[in-house]
Amino acid sequence: MIARLDTWLKRVPNWAVWLAGFLPLAWLVWLVVSNDLGVDPVKEIEHRLGKIALWFLIGGLVITPLRKFVGLNFLRYRRAIGLLAFIYVVLHLMAWAVFDMGLLLSQAANDLFRRPYLIFGISAFILLIPLAVTSNKASIRKLGANWRRLHWLVYPAVLLGVVHYLWQMKVIRTEGWIWLAVVILLLATRIKFPKSSR
Amino acid sequence: MANRTKMNWSDVTPRPLWLNRRALIAGMGATALASPALAKIAAQPSRFSTDAKPNTLEEITNYNNFYEFGWDKTDPAANAGQLKIDPWSVQVDGLVDRPGTYDLADIMKDRPLEERIYRFRCVEAWSMVIPWIGFELAGLLNRFGVQPSAKYVAFQTLHRPEEMPGQRAGGINWPYVEGLRLDEAMNPLTIMATGLYGENLPKQNGAPLRLVVPWKYGFKSIKSIVKISLVAEQPPTTWQQLQPSEYGFFANVNPEVNHPRWSQATERTIGGGFFASRKETLKFNGYGDEVASLYSGLDLAKNY
Ligand code: HEM
Repeated sequence: MIARLDTWLKRVPNWAVWLAGFLPLAWLVWLVVSNDLGVDPVKEIEHRLGKIALWFLIGGLVITPLRKFVGLNFLRYRRAIGLLAFIYVVLHLMAWAVFDMGLLLSQAANDLFRRPYLIFGISAFILLIPLAVTSNKASIRKLGANWRRLHWLVYPAVLLGVVHYLWQMKVIRTEGWIWLAVVILLLATRIKFPKSSR
Repeated sequence: MANRTKMNWSDVTPRPLWLNRRALIAGMGATALASPALAKIAAQPSRFSTDAKPNTLEEITNYNNFYEFGWDKTDPAANAGQLKIDPWSVQVDGLVDRPGTYDLADIMKDRPLEERIYRFRCVEAWSMVIPWIGFELAGLLNRFGVQPSAKYVAFQTLHRPEEMPGQRAGGINWPYVEGLRLDEAMNPLTIMATGLYGENLPKQNGAPLRLVVPWKYGFKSIKSIVKISLVAEQPPTTWQQLQPSEYGFFANVNPEVNHPRWSQATERTIGGGFFASRKETLKFNGYGDEVASLYSGLDLAKNY
């Protein structure tokens, strides 16, 4: 079963993943155009983009354990998923700067380094920049083993992202704890225990 | 999206666009003649009303922080329908000459209703303009006979988890409680609201009886009140208990006092569109002439 699914998956072209990745954005644009985002579309856009970014970041972390524990190989789509995550983080950041802060850039800059939840968010974003920039074949070739070392940064980035998400809540709700648990679980699968010497 | 499928009363009863106070007064006679079903609550205009254009009824009734009904701002509109507000009574106790449990009709008896169009500023740095209908709290408190030893007023929201799904979830120590210093409570700006836009208060806005203190952040304006106590000591308040470093007892709107979460220098006006909906926040939410003197000599940065 799994094996058949796996061979089927191999036939899904990369462009289909990109296309699917932009569906949440298209849906959001549709809701804006049809004036369906409620009384405060600005917050709604900002929040939805943040949530979608989180989905894709987590999606990127699921790939390795899926291969290891389930036998499903999505490895060839990981770059698309990672870049999509980055794009949604950028859109989320832009929604904040343009719509929420209304481009009051000095207040925005001031806030960025004073509000703990924003410090976590922007740190996650900064860590993701080098990963997005090196997501191409030329960089992989050039960086060699360092590429893997560099892309280890995705772990602290996702952790900071989810902490940012929890921190922006006035009272942390169950949904927040669930996302945090998912991230921690996925990070835990990366821990390499030293082989026992028996 | 989910809440779009649920009808609420604002969907059922389309309301004419609100123009201004004068139109309300002028139109009252005419609508009463034309159709009694549309009759508005009779309320006098007030000199305390702002000239700013009120938010629409849709905005005011679909963007509420009323955690008793859920965490999202659309949850109260979706969930408050199940709240039973009739019968309703308010327990009055503490340092008063006439304590007791007063029926809502009794509370409202002889209270002169006014329309107060107030600016409303949330601690989350957004704002609206709301045409409340209500009466001054001072007049009500005086009826109970406030004793000289009373220094504060404590308020409590209904605790009824069967009808308030948010109270079945954790996170907040229910019931919601708030408080004012007695001189704040007695200020003519402080009202008990029972209506909105000429109608009875919608449930998601704190029916049937809520506090409105327009120079303080919105969380001070406690909703669906069932208990009023006159006390000598500063009473505990829900948000101060939850996060004392973020929410103080006074919670006066103040752009100069930094909040760990939101800069209070500016606010987003709900209904202001996608661009440039931010404007500068005014100290005491613009009500300084009326209330600044209450705080002379008090360090507002410490007493936030
Ligand atoms: C990895 C990076 C990030 C992730 C995964 C992320 C995710 C999220 C999520 C899930 C939410 C809450 C959405 C909801 O409640 O439904 C949120 C809220 C928010 N985020 Fe981010 N975010 C990230 C980076 C940033 C950055 C760089 C900024 C801006 C500098 C930012 C600004 C905000 C703001 C302003 C809010 C709303 C807070 C509020 O409404 O009080 N985020 N973010």
